[in-house]
Amino acid sequence: MRIPYRPLALALLTLSFAAIVLDRAQAGDSHFFAPVTDPVVKEECGSCHLAFAPSMLPASSWQRMMGELDNHFGDNASVDAATAEKITRYLVANAGDAGGKRYSSKLLKGVAVGSAPQRITELPRWVREHRKVPDWEWRHKDVRTKANCAACHTDAEQGYYDE
Amino acid sequence: MKNRFAVTLGIAAMAVSTAILAGPREDLLAQYATTAKSAGFSAARGETLHTQNFSGGKPDTPSCTSCHGKDARSAGKTLTGKVIKPLAVSMTPTRYTDPAKVEKWFKRNCTEVLGRECTPQEKGDWLTFALGQ
Repeated sequence: MRIPYRPLALALLTLSFAAIVLDRAQAGDSHFFAPVTDPVVKEECGSCHLAFAPSMLPASSWQRMMGELDNHFGDNASVDAATAEKITRYLVANAGDAGGKRYSSKLLKGVAVGSAPQRITELPRWVREHRKVPDWEWRHKDVRTKANCAACHTDAEQGYYDE
Repeated sequence: MKNRFAVTLGIAAMAVSTAILAGPREDLLAQYATTAKSAGFSAARGETLHTQNFSGGKPDTPSCTSCHGKDARSAGKTLTGKVIKPLAVSMTPTRYTDPAKVEKWFKRNCTEVLGRECTPQEKGDWLTFALGQ
């Protein structure tokens, strides 16, 4: 029997290409970090800045941050004890090291276990991903701070962080 | 008998409507007035407080308008780019109806801008200004 090598190879190539494309399409071809859905967390963490996705930091980070709200990056962002507990529970349950989060594992690569980094923008992977952003762009009047994700990632509120 | 009932009902309805009219904003103002032993609040003083520059707070935010913008009827923006709904009740009708929320933001924002908490007199003046916008 003659095996039709060439058509077979072509079909295989087409299939594998389609598989790659489909995989990327399923992932939305963009880095996804589920946005905050809890109304209290959204209100308390999202009034002054984007309510950062809990999956962007490990649980230990959120625990430390919630314990130091009286000096929250220079501001006093204290909330009452009951609210703080509720927020902490949500952040920890949805933290980046809570498991099963594809983009979190990538973002948290190189973060030492047990360390509690406070700034998402100082994670080694974050720094690497943003290394090509020039200084003047950070200083632009519509950006001003690295915490202003939505200035460039227009769908950040929805959890999508495209190039 | 029937008439008297109607009158009673009318009085009751008036009492209820007065209670509704004296909503959380009025209660807040009354509370500030009592604590401040104030002779009254002034929207003009509130506006001055709103627009003037202070040096006791954070250098990034010398004035309320640093984030809220010069026009109380327009949206403001935090330093991290988050949009703040207009302060004016005419633009954001839900504002100042939750006393705990009002107190929370007075505390945070006064500390940030003035470097201290605002006095009840200042809060009353400012609220009077914002309610009239």
